[in-house]
Amino acid sequence: MNPGMSAGLNSAINAGMAPVGTPWFFYVLAGLAVASGVAVITRRNAVHSALALIVTLLAVAGLYLMLYAPFVAGVQIIVYAGGIMVLFLFVIMLVNIDRSSKERQFNRIWPVGLAAACALLALFVSAIAKGKALFPDRMITLPESSNTQQIATMLYGEAGKMGQYTFAFEIASLLLLVAILGAVIMTKKKI
Amino acid sequence: MAEITTLHYLVVAAALFVLGVIGVLTRRNVVIVLMSIELILNAVNLNLVAFSRMWGNLHGQVFAIFITVDAAAEAAVGLGILISFFRNKETINVDEIDLLKW
Amino acid sequence: MPNFIMSYLDPKVTVTPGSAGNQFWALMYVLIIFAGVSVAVICMNWIERKALAHFQVRLGPMRVGPHGLLQPIADAVKLMIKEDIIPAEADQFVFWIAPMIGLLAAFTVYTVIPFGPSQAVSDMNIGILFMLGVSSLGVLGIVVSGWASNSHYPLIGALRSSAQMVSYEVAMGLAVVSAILMTSLNASGTGTLSMIGIVQAQQQQGVWFIFKFFPLGFIAFVIFAIAMVAETNRAPFDLAEAESELTAGYHTEYSGLRWSLFMLAEYAAMIAVSSIAVTLWLGGWMRPFPNLLHAPAWDFIFSLFPGLTFGGLAAITFIEAARMPTQSFFKIQRIGLAVFAALLGFIALLLLVIAVAGRSADTSVAARFREGIDYVYWFVLKVAGFMYLFIWYRATWPRYRFDQLMKIGWKVMLPISLGVLVVTAIVGVIFS
Repeated sequence: MNPGMSAGLNSAINAGMAPVGTPWFFYVLAGLAVASGVAVITRRNAVHSALALIVTLLAVAGLYLMLYAPFVAGVQIIVYAGGIMVLFLFVIMLVNIDRSSKERQFNRIWPVGLAAACALLALFVSAIAKGKALFPDRMITLPESSNTQQIATMLYGEAGKMGQYTFAFEIASLLLLVAILGAVIMTKKKI
Repeated sequence: MAEITTLHYLVVAAALFVLGVIGVLTRRNVVIVLMSIELILNAVNLNLVAFSRMWGNLHGQVFAIFITVDAAAEAAVGLGILISFFRNKETINVDEIDLLKW
Repeated sequence: MPNFIMSYLDPKVTVTPGSAGNQFWALMYVLIIFAGVSVAVICMNWIERKALAHFQVRLGPMRVGPHGLLQPIADAVKLMIKEDIIPAEADQFVFWIAPMIGLLAAFTVYTVIPFGPSQAVSDMNIGILFMLGVSSLGVLGIVVSGWASNSHYPLIGALRSSAQMVSYEVAMGLAVVSAILMTSLNASGTGTLSMIGIVQAQQQQGVWFIFKFFPLGFIAFVIFAIAMVAETNRAPFDLAEAESELTAGYHTEYSGLRWSLFMLAEYAAMIAVSSIAVTLWLGGWMRPFPNLLHAPAWDFIFSLFPGLTFGGLAAITFIEAARMPTQSFFKIQRIGLAVFAALLGFIALLLLVIAVAGRSADTSVAARFREGIDYVYWFVLKVAGFMYLFIWYRATWPRYRFDQLMKIGWKVMLPISLGVLVVTAIVGVIFS
């Protein structure tokens, strides 16, 4: 508890709820996320790829918990890992053909794709290296106990005063309705 | 490196993003291309939530929730397209989905 | 004694070990819960076979121990020494990992279930959200196990089972939301997603949520009760795993210990969702009428219940031991049953002593023990009622055809739960 830390972290430690072993958890979760990401793009079997993506999603949910965003972590697990990945597994089983597991795995022009990705990586590294001085050293500790209430206020509150995203929320529900209708109509055998 | 700063999370997000881009550009199986797109969206979400922590407000988290909702809708529609294409042509190779080529 | 052990036994502690950062006690709780759930699953196995048999006017297992009490142990030993068969073309790694995913999802829910006001592994602020997310991870275990078996029946069974689980998750989530809506009907106007907070809201508002705004709370509870039976693939929604339908569905190709992992996951999931229903609607760890009958005399009478329950069980066991046939080859069973009855009687005596010793509301060690035992007792009693209902449903009702099942999930449960949510919100705003 050195005086250099922010007031929020100090009070959290005093309340007995300070995070413990933070660097260890970060490196384990980040390493897990990146390793599973590599497994997603390199497995020949699509089911293995899907399982690796589930591990990546859970690791990223853990990283959200470390960033004091419990509601986003919960939404990630429910929607992504519990909903979207089940959908992916269903579709993999529907379109599975044995022929595809014995064919070539990567494109004919995979060097070009890899070079483009490396150029993108170089761009990111240069952006992070140049902008390193702009980031503040200590992060602000958000209160964890009212996270859901505050997000709910922003999403559902009175437009203009506190709820800045109420309209966007309604549009998102409309988007989901359109997606449901589109998916149902596209996959019906006879319309 | 005793304390984890925003930079650490940005590096992880950049790594996931590049892995997703490699997956989209080099794989032949359409389902794996769609899964790499989900990887890209997750990297963007991680970026947003890390910045939300840095600035101390919740705009980044709300944006991340909207992106998650959007990713669900897009996965459903993309997989629907894939299934209806598979019913027509019986293949899931990106190289062989070329009916619109001249 | 080290400080971190004694710090949790302090009577004035009101925070769960996970929230206080006390890893030692959180680990202790995890081990106790794991052992307790395993023992409960074993007992459930025996109770299910005996209760189903008595429903069908037969006796059930009677041979292995007195009245079949050692039958689950014999079953466990048999499953462990069976040959481990893996289908030839099956995907080895995925076949191996599939039961573990289901088991992980079923057991991780127990970290948020509260057995008392500070007796939970960790009281997260997003407790209900965590529970919904983790139980939706169980679907993945089923899908993957059906795929990995590389055979028709498991694949169809897995797809049907997971489609059913995903459909009823929606209705379950909406019923849960209408219960959480009721927690916000207090003076400050903010509700809570944490499980301990939900039970404390019921204590503050003085009514179990099943009786609140009658019949709205009751309808929400009924929807959750039906959805939880469908979520755990139990009768009458067990088309995907019934023996006469699909040759045991997604766990056809699993033999021996792997099959027992699936059964463990299924029973653990049953106990977990029953605990969620008890916490959300039936008042969790609270005894009946905590606000109405508040006098210390009533507290004392209700604290005698654990001892009296075990005393009743001991009396029944004694009577059964006396009624056993007196031939010589029944002698060992008779003695064994009498010893078991004596054990139950000893536990009953111990509980009565603790109830009498800790009868005042002071902060002595005996009072703290009595409180803890009382909380756990009422919680487990309510969950045991739900377990008996699960068995009763299985004995009584024929199973639904798959299209009828999906029709009910989407066309009946979802509109009713949406309607209950909207009407609860309107009534809540009007009446407070």
